[in-house]
Amino acid sequence: MTAKQIVVVSAGLSTPSSTRQLADRLAADAVAALAERGVEAEVRTFELRELAHDITNHLLLGFAPPKLEEALDAVASADGLIAVTPIFTTSYAGLFKSFIDVIDPQALTDLPVLLGATGGTPRHSLAIDYAMRPLFTYLHAVPVTTGVFAATSDWGGADGDGVRSLPERIFRGAKEFAELVERTDRSQHVADPFRLDRPMGHLIGGLAGE
Amino acid sequence: MLPITPESRPGVRADAGGRADWIRRVIRVAVVGIGNVGIASGPASFTLYANALNSHRPAPQEDAVQFGIFTVSDITQDPTTGRTPTEAERIQATIAIAKHAEEVGLDVFALGEHHNPPFWSSSPTTTLAYIAGQTSTLQLSTATTLITTNDPVKIAEDYAMLQHVSGGRADLMIGRGNTGPVYPWFGKDIRQGLPIAVESYELLHRLWREDVVDWEGKFRTPLQGFTSTPRPLDGVPPFVWHGSIRTPEIAEQAAYYGDGFFANHIFWPASHTQRMIALYRQRFEHHGHGTAAQAIVGLGGQVFMRRNSQDAVRDFRPYFDNAPVYGHGPSLEEFSQQTPLTVGSPQEVIDRTLGFRDYVGDYQRQLFLVDHAGLPLKTVLEQLDLLGEVVGVLRTEFAKNRPAEVPDAPTHAALVAAKYGDEAPRQATPNANRGDNLTVGASPYQDAAAPTGSAFGPAATRAGGAR
Repeated sequence: MTAKQIVVVSAGLSTPSSTRQLADRLAADAVAALAERGVEAEVRTFELRELAHDITNHLLLGFAPPKLEEALDAVASADGLIAVTPIFTTSYAGLFKSFIDVIDPQALTDLPVLLGATGGTPRHSLAIDYAMRPLFTYLHAVPVTTGVFAATSDWGGADGDGVRSLPERIFRGAKEFAELVERTDRSQHVADPFRLDRPMGHLIGGLAGE
Repeated sequence: MLPITPESRPGVRADAGGRADWIRRVIRVAVVGIGNVGIASGPASFTLYANALNSHRPAPQEDAVQFGIFTVSDITQDPTTGRTPTEAERIQATIAIAKHAEEVGLDVFALGEHHNPPFWSSSPTTTLAYIAGQTSTLQLSTATTLITTNDPVKIAEDYAMLQHVSGGRADLMIGRGNTGPVYPWFGKDIRQGLPIAVESYELLHRLWREDVVDWEGKFRTPLQGFTSTPRPLDGVPPFVWHGSIRTPEIAEQAAYYGDGFFANHIFWPASHTQRMIALYRQRFEHHGHGTAAQAIVGLGGQVFMRRNSQDAVRDFRPYFDNAPVYGHGPSLEEFSQQTPLTVGSPQEVIDRTLGFRDYVGDYQRQLFLVDHAGLPLKTVLEQLDLLGEVVGVLRTEFAKNRPAEVPDAPTHAALVAAKYGDEAPRQATPNANRGDNLTVGASPYQDAAAPTGSAFGPAATRAGGAR
């Protein structure tokens, strides 16, 4: 069996970045959860910071420079996406949204997604559900129920906000994600944007009202 | 490296000595196009055709590949002076550019169509007709003609007219445009862009090939007994190119009709162009117009030249950095790497352009963008002087190792030869006007209707369409 392709996208802006740290933890637990089920997984991680200029150029010009194209192709053909962004001013980072904006609108269909976000205080944790989740459902992706928010304080206290610790929430999200990733075979049938779906007979026949 | 030599300079075009060779090539196109039907190609037919040609045509093009320029007609501030030309200045400048293109030995001038400032070219056939009157060999084309928002009936009329007044020097490139609001301005729905393009072109195709058309579609009022006038020159419709950046259905449309396909090429990575051309060639063969290598391909390109590279980069950078499309985006160096833009010496342009064949195969038309982003007229004319030298070398180099089966660039003369062989082409002569085609009979014309068969395969003249 071929390995499941997991793509991690991190929109953290600083280095080192707690967003990247959360992304790595989510990926590690997802791989472990898949391994428990006997499923091999390969992980590719993209830091949007390194693609920031390419993303802007794509917005301006309409095509992806080579490095960005590699990331877009990887996302489009993934079996699962782990998407993590810092929360700025009540929502996902602008860079994160710009990246989503240059993805082909059909490219995320049926894609299992594990949502993660970071922020200064736990008061922003709902941004995952009111901002990130609708974005992915609009694109017909399949975000798992548990989104993982890591506030600054989560990186210290053993039991976080006293309900569930960060490691527990990461584990839970990763487990839900692994269940979906195991079932999909998206990476085996990659859509070709240059494929001719409607040959001329179909185009003209359709117009004749047949 | 391919040095520019005095011998490679332009200016030596179809003369008496070159004519026999040219005729042979025309006939080769004809045979390729008609396939198994065959054509009488004895010496008598050469003579007859050459005589017909000499009687009322300018010197024919003799080119396997046509080289030229295309303009989007933008009126842009010159970033080095802060001055924006007036519409009147820019329109006159464009006419000067077109005339100079012919003077330096280029073959084609193609003009865009826009319906909003800062562009001026809302009425391409008016401009092209004037340029036709000021030139003698230049092929006039568009880049592109909007098949979505123009009435196909008016396109049929306008471009048949242009064909007549230019003496067969007109062709056109069909496209869907890139300005969303043009659709509602002309009463169309942008979401229907592709279906409109398909239906409108099917009608346009029939209007040029059938004297009397009954037609009903979804996007325009029906036609009963309609005749598009004037009938195409010599009974041969203008050659049509279809332009699209990455819509596979348009490559399919071009292939289906046996028309040409033009890849914009300039704002996109070469890999896109390569994929689209490959699809078009494959479908051209599928639809029975010839082999994939015989499909008719055109490419865009974008160059800025000075005698040495450093001067070219220095002089072009302010225009690049502020250009309407890619300005304030990638660097000149990045964009040059990711797209076919070449800023450098004539030699660098030659080398880069010769490389295009490596990923699209031998092709028929190469157009360069040289006049946008606020470049002043003087600079553009200098570019044309250099481009004339470059094209002289490109002609020689493109001819090397070009397989015999690859057709020459389509010209009116070649299309006439392909359609009629050694017969005289149709000269449409109407009957007395009774104001109603429906009751006149089979045709409102005295002469026989155009025979079936076409320059680039049988499907190109499907009577009655394929509906």
